[in-house]
Amino acid sequence: MWKNLMDWIEYRLPIMRVANMHAIQYPAPRNMNFWYMFGFLATIVLVNQIVTGIWLTMSYNPTAEGAFASVEYIMRDVDYGWMLRYMHSTGASAFFIVVYLHMFRGMIYGSYQKPRELLWLFGMFIYLALMAEAFMGYVLPWGQMSYWGAQVIVSLFSAIPVIGPDLVIWIQGDYVISGATLNRFFALHVIALPLVIVILVFLHIVALHEVGSNNPDGTDVKRKKGSLSEEEKTKFVIHEYYTSKYDIVDDIVPFFPHIVLKDLVGFAFFLLAFCYVMFFNPGMGGYFLEHPNFEIANNLKTPEHIFPVWYFTPFYAILKAVPDKLGGVIAMFAAIIALALLPWIDRGKVKSWRYRCGLHRWNLIVFAGVFIFLGYLGGTPQENWKITASQILTIMYFGFFALLFIYSKNEKCLPVPARITE
Amino acid sequence: MKKLIILLSLLMPMSVFAAGGNVHLDKANYDLTDKASLQNGAKLYMNYCLGCHQMQYQRYQRAFNDLDIPLELGQDNLQFTGEKPGDHIKNAMPAESAAAWFGAPPPDLTLVARVRGADWIYTYLRSFYADESRPFGVNNLVFPEVGMPHVLQELQGVPRKTLEQHMVDGQMVDRYVGLKSDGSGYMTPAEYDGAVLDLVNYLVYTGEPTRLESESIGRYVLLFLLVLLVLVYLLKKEYWRDVH
Amino acid sequence: MSDVSLDAHDSSGTENQPQNNSRRRFLTVATSVVGGVGVVGVSVPFIGSWNPSIKAKAAGADVEADISKIEPGQLIRVIWRSKPVWIARRTPELLASLANDEDKLKDPNSEQEQQPEFAKNRYRSLKEEYLVLVGICTHLGCSPQHLKDGAFEQYVEGVPEGFFCPCHGSKFDMAGRVFQNVPAPLNLVVPPYMFLDDNTILIGSEEGAA
Repeated sequence: MWKNLMDWIEYRLPIMRVANMHAIQYPAPRNMNFWYMFGFLATIVLVNQIVTGIWLTMSYNPTAEGAFASVEYIMRDVDYGWMLRYMHSTGASAFFIVVYLHMFRGMIYGSYQKPRELLWLFGMFIYLALMAEAFMGYVLPWGQMSYWGAQVIVSLFSAIPVIGPDLVIWIQGDYVISGATLNRFFALHVIALPLVIVILVFLHIVALHEVGSNNPDGTDVKRKKGSLSEEEKTKFVIHEYYTSKYDIVDDIVPFFPHIVLKDLVGFAFFLLAFCYVMFFNPGMGGYFLEHPNFEIANNLKTPEHIFPVWYFTPFYAILKAVPDKLGGVIAMFAAIIALALLPWIDRGKVKSWRYRCGLHRWNLIVFAGVFIFLGYLGGTPQENWKITASQILTIMYFGFFALLFIYSKNEKCLPVPARITE
Repeated sequence: MKKLIILLSLLMPMSVFAAGGNVHLDKANYDLTDKASLQNGAKLYMNYCLGCHQMQYQRYQRAFNDLDIPLELGQDNLQFTGEKPGDHIKNAMPAESAAAWFGAPPPDLTLVARVRGADWIYTYLRSFYADESRPFGVNNLVFPEVGMPHVLQELQGVPRKTLEQHMVDGQMVDRYVGLKSDGSGYMTPAEYDGAVLDLVNYLVYTGEPTRLESESIGRYVLLFLLVLLVLVYLLKKEYWRDVH
Repeated sequence: MSDVSLDAHDSSGTENQPQNNSRRRFLTVATSVVGGVGVVGVSVPFIGSWNPSIKAKAAGADVEADISKIEPGQLIRVIWRSKPVWIARRTPELLASLANDEDKLKDPNSEQEQQPEFAKNRYRSLKEEYLVLVGICTHLGCSPQHLKDGAFEQYVEGVPEGFFCPCHGSKFDMAGRVFQNVPAPLNLVVPPYMFLDDNTILIGSEEGAA
C-alpha cells in the first residue's frame, strides 16, 4: 500500500531519485574535516532566519511611526516574542560567522579553483545578497543605529559621479531616510532578497554536486571512467548519476549517513554556542545588538559613534581609510570584487595549502589577520593612529591578491598525493 | 615567542583605547533576582522619575507580576492617576512643553539601561553637583550641561565638588577629592547609593523584562543540547568506525 | 531514513558491514527520539506566539457597565473583547411571554455547554430583569439586529420582540434562545459576568471564578 503510493508519486515526481542523488548517495571525500561543516550550518541558519523572520513579520509594523514600538511589542507582549526575535538577531550574526569561515575554508583548500569557479561565484553572489539582506534587516527596528547606519550606507551612492545625489533620493524615496525607505527595505528584506538567496543557494548546491566536493588534500575522488580496478573503487552505494560518468575512488563516504552525522556533530556544537549567546547574552556586548539601537530613530540627533554591525566593519574600515569619497567607495567594492575574482587571480595548479609554498600559507594567515584587524578598526571610534593603521591594512588586504597573482604563476609546490591521505 | 610579544604589544593599545577615555564609571552590582530591591526601585521610579520620563513600552501589570507586587498593592501605591493595570507607564506631560522646559523632551526610559548601561546610570545619578551657572543649579560629571534638575536631591542632599587643602612643595594647594553631600537629604551616602542601585536594578529589569526567564529556559536548553551532542557524537563514531 | 542507509550497507556487502548492529540501532533510535524532543521544543515558541498577546489581553480585560440608566424595555451595548455585548432590561410582561413559544426553540433550557452555569434555564441571567448577551450570532459571527414593538413578528409569528441576524436569517428570542429551522446551531452566548453592586455589572468574570 505504502510502497504503491510512493511508486505512484515517484513515477510522476522523482523525489527519491533526487534525494538519493543529492542527499543520500552523493559521494563525499572521507577526509572532509571540521572546516566542511560551515556550508551545512549556513543552510540551517538560513532556514532559521526564514522561519523566525516569517513569525516576526506577523507582529512587526513596518511604519516609521510604529516600527520601534512594534519591536518592543514583540519583545514584551507577544508570547515567546523575545525568543523569536533573539533567534533572528543572533542568527544574523551567526550567519556571517559561518559564512566567513566557509569562505576561508574555500580559500585555504583552493575550493575556488578549476572546475569550481562558478560555484565560488555563486557563493560570492550569495554573500552580496546576504549583505544587502542584513543591512536592510538592520533598518527595520528603526532605532538610532538603524536610521543612521542606513543614512551612511545609502549616502555611499552619492559618491557616484553625476547621478549620485539623485540616486540617493530615489533609493530613499524621500529627501532623508524616512518611512518610505523603511517600507521598501521591509519589502526587499522579507520577500525579494530571501527569494534571491534561496535560489542562489539552490544553484550553489547544484553546481557543487555537478563538479563534486573538494577536500583538504585537493585530490580528486572522481576518475576517468574505466581507469580504476574494482579493488580501487568505492564499496559504498553511490548514485549511478555519478558512477555512470566516473569511477569513484575508494576514498569517499556517502552523504547519508556519514556526512550528515558528521555535520550533525558540528551542528550540536554550533547550537550550544548559538543558544548560549541567544539565551544569556543576545546583545553580545553591543556587537550583535548595538546599544544605541535601543533608542528610537531621531533624524535630528546623530549618535556619538556610528558603526555598522561587526560583519561589515572590515569593509567600512577600507572605506574610511581612503581619503577620498569616491575612492573610498571604489576601494570598498573592489575589496569584495577581488574576492570574487580569486579563481582567476590564483594561477596555481595545486589547490590545498597543504601542498603549496610556505609563502602561500603565510599569505593566507596574514590575510585573515588583516581582515579581523580591519574589522576592529571599522567598529571602534575613530582615532588618529587608526587612520594610518587602516591605510596600511587596506594595502595589505589588496597585497594578498597581488602577491598571490605573482607567486602562483611559477609556484614550487609539494606533490599532491594520488589518493587521499589520513 | 618573539612574535607573540610583538603581537601582544600590538594588541595593547587596542585594549587601552577600547576602554574609552571618558569619566570612570562605578560598577553597578544590581541583582535582578532581588525582588525587594526591584520593588523599591519601581517605587522610586514612580515617585521621582515618572513625572517627566515615561516608560511607554512597559505595562504596570507586567511589572507587578514580575516584581511579585500584589495587584491591589501595586494599584494603590504605584499608580497615581487611575490607570488600568494593563496600561503602559506613561505620564501626562505634553512633549512640546517638556521640550520648552528642559531644552529637549525627557527621553523615554524603558530601555535606557540597554542604551547607556547600568554602570552609566548608577554613576550618573550619583554625579550631580551644585553649579550656580546652570538653570537648575546643578551640573553632572558624567553628563556635562545636563538639562535635568537633581530630582533626588531631597534624598541625597546638595552634593558639592569638595576640595581639600594639601601641602605640596611647601604650599597649600586645593585638591579636588570628589562630590560630597551637604547632609541636607533624608539619606546617608550609603543609603543613597543603595537607593540608586535599586532604581538601576529596576531600569535594567524594564530594559529586558524577560532576562531571568530567558536564562532559566537557556539552562535547560544547553543541558538538552549536551545530551544531544553526546548521542550524535556516539552515533557518528559508530557509523564512521569502519571508514578509516 | 536510517533504514535506507542500512539497506545500502547490506547490499554493498563487504567491508562496511555494520559490526555491531544493536548498538547502532540503539543509538539511532535514541538520537532520533532526543532529536524529536528538540524539534517539539523548538516549535513551542512558534506555536505559543500565536496566543493573544499581553496587549490583546489588556484590551480584552473585564469591562464595567453602568446599568442604572437603562429604562425597562431598553437595550444598551457595551464593548468587551472588541465584541458587542447587549444588556437588556426586560419588562415583567416580556419575561412572562418567554414561556409561550418554547416549542419553537431548539434548546429552550440552554442545556448545551456554552455559558455560565446560571444561564442554563429559561431566563439565562443572574437577575431575571437583566439579560446580558454577546451580540454575535452563533452561526458565522454576524451581529444580529434587535427588533422590538412587533417588528419581530414578520419573522416569528406571535413573538413581538427578538433578535434577527441579517446575514443568514437566524432568529433568537429575548433570552437569546435560537428558534428552530434557522442556520444558527446554538443559543446566543451569555458571557461570564457579575454584579459589583445593584447598578454595576462586571463583564468578563464570574463570582468566585476569578
